[in-house]
Amino acid sequence: MSIERRLLAENLRARKLLYGAVALSFLATALWLAFAWLFSAVVNRVFILHQTLDQVAVLCALIFGLIVVRFALMWGSDVIAQHSANALKRNLRERLDAKLFALGPLYTRGERTGELVRTATAGIEALDEYISQFQPARILAVIVPALVLFVILFLDIWTLPILLFTGPILVLLLALIGKRTQDLTARRFLEMSWMSAHFMDMLQGLATLKLFGRSKEQAQTIETISEQYGNTTMDILRTAFQTSLVLEWGATAATALVAIAVSARLMTGLMPFETALTVLLLTPEFFLPLRQLAIKYHAGTAGKDAAARVYTILDVPLTATLAPQTNVTRALLPTRLDIFFDDVQVAFDNGERIALDGFTLKLADKQTVALVGKTGAGKTTVANLLLRFVEPTRGKIIVGGIPLHEIDADTWRAQIAYVSQQPHLFAGTVAENLALAKPDPTRAEMIEAARAAHIHDFIAGLPHGYDTPLGERGARLSGGQRQRLALARAFLKNAPLLILDEVTSHLDAANEEQIRAALAQLLPNRTTLIIAHRLALAQDADVVAVMENGRVIEKGSPRALLEADSKYGAFVAAYQGGAR
Amino acid sequence: MNATARLWKLMLPFRWWIALAVLLSFGTLGAGVGLMAMSAYLISKAALAPQFADIAVIVTAVRFFAIARAALRYAERYVSHLATFRILTRLRVWFYVTIEPLAPARLQQLHSGDLFTRISADIETLENFYVRVVVPPLAAALVAALASVILGAFDVRFAFALILFLILTGIVLPLLTQRLSRTPTEHLIRTRAELNAVLTDEIQGIADVIAFGQAENFRARTRRLNDELDRAQLQLANARGMANALAVLFAALAGLTILLLAIPLVSDGQIDGVFLALLPLTAIASFEAVQPLGAAFQHREASRAAAERLFELIDAPPLVQEPAQFIEMPHNYSIEFRGVSFRYAPDEELVLDDVSFKIREGERIAIVGASGAGKSTLVNLLVRFWDAQAGQVCVGGNDVRAYRTEDLRKHIGVASQHPYLFNGTLRDNLLLAKGDATDQALDAACHVAQLGELLASLPLGYDTLVGENGLKLSGGERQRIAIARLLLKNAPFVILDEATANLDALTEQKLLNSLESFLRGRTVLIISHRRAGIQNAGRVLTLERGQIKVSAEQRVSDMRSAISVA
Repeated sequence: MSIERRLLAENLRARKLLYGAVALSFLATALWLAFAWLFSAVVNRVFILHQTLDQVAVLCALIFGLIVVRFALMWGSDVIAQHSANALKRNLRERLDAKLFALGPLYTRGERTGELVRTATAGIEALDEYISQFQPARILAVIVPALVLFVILFLDIWTLPILLFTGPILVLLLALIGKRTQDLTARRFLEMSWMSAHFMDMLQGLATLKLFGRSKEQAQTIETISEQYGNTTMDILRTAFQTSLVLEWGATAATALVAIAVSARLMTGLMPFETALTVLLLTPEFFLPLRQLAIKYHAGTAGKDAAARVYTILDVPLTATLAPQTNVTRALLPTRLDIFFDDVQVAFDNGERIALDGFTLKLADKQTVALVGKTGAGKTTVANLLLRFVEPTRGKIIVGGIPLHEIDADTWRAQIAYVSQQPHLFAGTVAENLALAKPDPTRAEMIEAARAAHIHDFIAGLPHGYDTPLGERGARLSGGQRQRLALARAFLKNAPLLILDEVTSHLDAANEEQIRAALAQLLPNRTTLIIAHRLALAQDADVVAVMENGRVIEKGSPRALLEADSKYGAFVAAYQGGAR
Repeated sequence: MNATARLWKLMLPFRWWIALAVLLSFGTLGAGVGLMAMSAYLISKAALAPQFADIAVIVTAVRFFAIARAALRYAERYVSHLATFRILTRLRVWFYVTIEPLAPARLQQLHSGDLFTRISADIETLENFYVRVVVPPLAAALVAALASVILGAFDVRFAFALILFLILTGIVLPLLTQRLSRTPTEHLIRTRAELNAVLTDEIQGIADVIAFGQAENFRARTRRLNDELDRAQLQLANARGMANALAVLFAALAGLTILLLAIPLVSDGQIDGVFLALLPLTAIASFEAVQPLGAAFQHREASRAAAERLFELIDAPPLVQEPAQFIEMPHNYSIEFRGVSFRYAPDEELVLDDVSFKIREGERIAIVGASGAGKSTLVNLLVRFWDAQAGQVCVGGNDVRAYRTEDLRKHIGVASQHPYLFNGTLRDNLLLAKGDATDQALDAACHVAQLGELLASLPLGYDTLVGENGLKLSGGERQRIAIARLLLKNAPFVILDEATANLDALTEQKLLNSLESFLRGRTVLIISHRRAGIQNAGRVLTLERGQIKVSAEQRVSDMRSAISVA
């Protein structure tokens, strides 16, 4: 199904409103044709038949009435068309938003966030004009010329060939040019999003550019890229101008031809003046809807391309790695959080990148397990599995006897408090960021959690305490503060399963110790997965699992592993500064 | 100076383009009027059954206007769009060049999602300023004058009637529409910016949003904003629809009025009946010129708002001024902080409070302290991203403010905790530090930075794309790239600001060992909250709440016991 059809099939209400708007517009045109006829009649009576104003007064009053009714119809049509666009956009936005959440962080991370945001905002907005203006114009471009031809058929059959020749040639030319425009517009849209991403990149990296003394020369890069973009767009527009040249030429040539042809017949007395003038006035109306379509053509292709971008996202299949594997989900939760990873494999990019392979690990209820290993060993993928951001391509995960994929993902996530490697702090106040963990927490609860994460003193020292707004990504917080705030958020959630992904990597030794102490109180009561390349926290774990190439290569209590000649031992030695 | 005036000034170099576009636009519209008038005249004349010779000239005129109209239209569009893109390029470069001296201080004060909307959308709005705002009124005025002169030649009342309706359509109507759309337009722009910021936040933080089960809340928030957007757009469509319909109404009314005025004159024989069709149709045709004015007013509003926002962004004095008379960097590579106090904003607490210390040339010192103690601020002052409010930061024995910032920064290599990687290839990111580095030089730097393994695993090697903000790489990999850049830059001052914080212990140790020979002999400042990497420092200072607490020199061996070991 073409994107166009698919868009229109999207929403019944939008479609009905669209057709309503078109009907009003069509009626308005019909009134204009009547106007042309009445006007010619008045001129004819005065000019040829030498009637006076009084004799044509009724006709003039009729003209006035037509004009006013036409005004109301046109206005109504525009408003209804907007209603139609709104209905469609609302529907798509909702689905896009839902889809992004369904795809989760593993998808959004790979894409450029700038492009995603652009699709969700400007992309959807491009559909506004597409529905409210391009679509009505497209339909009118078919039915209005048909109506004009029909009327002319009765008025003056000899004018028909002129219109019938110029009309189809025009449409043919337009179709030829339009196809090219479409391809070029797709290129333009791509370049546009690429270019704004580039511009944003330069601005975000300005500090780095300055450090390397390269910031000034970027003005040149921006100029080059902007000019490139300008050239591409000029290519497209030149084609668009050819379109308007053809249309303009078609309409003016037809008008001139009609004027000359009817004059010839007028002179020989084959045609009444009244009809001749009406035909002349109707001729531009035959071309007007085509010209209006050409004006909206850009909105049309832009809308189609934007729709393609939206559908690309909507059509991303929830593949094995993303979707729950069965539809049999239960709201039921396991009573014990014994988690068993049974020979789990996770492969990305159709099996090209294997993150986990033959990963087997057991977390007993209320036990703390630490995963250690080099970057890229697959530790974070284990956390993503537990969070249901990704599903195994092979093997399974059993929680308290229930396969994890049978548990409703949201119900399951409610059991987890998670601190990621780079926790995101949202635009809003400190309190709002904490409240993410728990609806309407009391100030006392927040303070307690913040104390446990050793961030309370810092927050209390902010200009407005807990109500201090944070910049995007907490611009004014250091890495450690950010992480402790995220930790406080996790403490506040107070969930039975705790996942900590490199939480202390940005903390100084003293802070790390304090966090360790705080965790010491929390850990015994919950099942915990700690991912660590700093090893302080691993020492407190019940079990340390050393990972390499997506599987566990060593497992045991930290003490036992230290005594044996283990990889873990090597890690610890390195961590302590090679002092072994 | 208000925003519109400043915008005009910015567009001044393009005035000849504008003049040309106005003339072409006038020609196009005028040919349209001429075609309609001549066609009507031709038919009327033909109805009187004259000889062909009587109408030959009119036939030629009809043909001429038909061809001129199409040709001029093409030329007009070509010229005006070409100018638009030149303006767009100029705007982008102008904006970048203006904001560059203000960065990074100014940009950090703003929400970057919002910033993104502002800059890219606002500049694209201004792109249209000239084609849609400046040209149409000027061309319309010329057409109105032409049509009035033609009609006025028959009877001055025709001209008055025409001008009345043209003013109603071209000026009163747009003003009315503008009034009606001002609030919804502002609302629309604000809501769009807000929506953009919320969506950026949502998409960037999607892992946390989902993990905390907040997806529904976020969706509700976007839904609410979308509803507001819809409402504003509906109000605008209402105003726009009314304006469009009224414009058509006025054109028809003008034609009708002139027709009614002309009929008695024809009946009385004051005007030849052959002109009766021509007069109202000329009037109606001239309305084509004023119909785009409504849009022009709306675009003017949008442009003004966009321009105001852009100007607001850049209308801040740079926090760091270049010296009027600068001195060259000496070959003395010492660093000294003398009683330095600093806060980021007047209403904020002191981040550094009377900090003094000195690093001798070739010395290596470490500054440790809790997160938020002000360690990274030391770096910001040293490279002059900000200036201290009190005290002096000296490099090579002179205040940093005495050097050109460019010279100063050329001498300082910084590897930080969150290095910024550009959305390009690995090579682009490395060459940033040394534009003419050979592949061998890159290899050497990457070897020391422990990137060899990563590079070997990448099929495209240096040509691998790193993604937005380098996010296709891990934090540790990004840090190692920053180290490789540091090596390539080869500066006499080296600052390691938590430069290895995201590495695993084994890799970190290897990296520090291989870095050792590079660091030897350079003036090195290591900022850390942990022990790793500072064991070879000559001295260790502790920064606590903006103050140097252990200002006495303390050997690293003492520190070993002071910092708890995991």
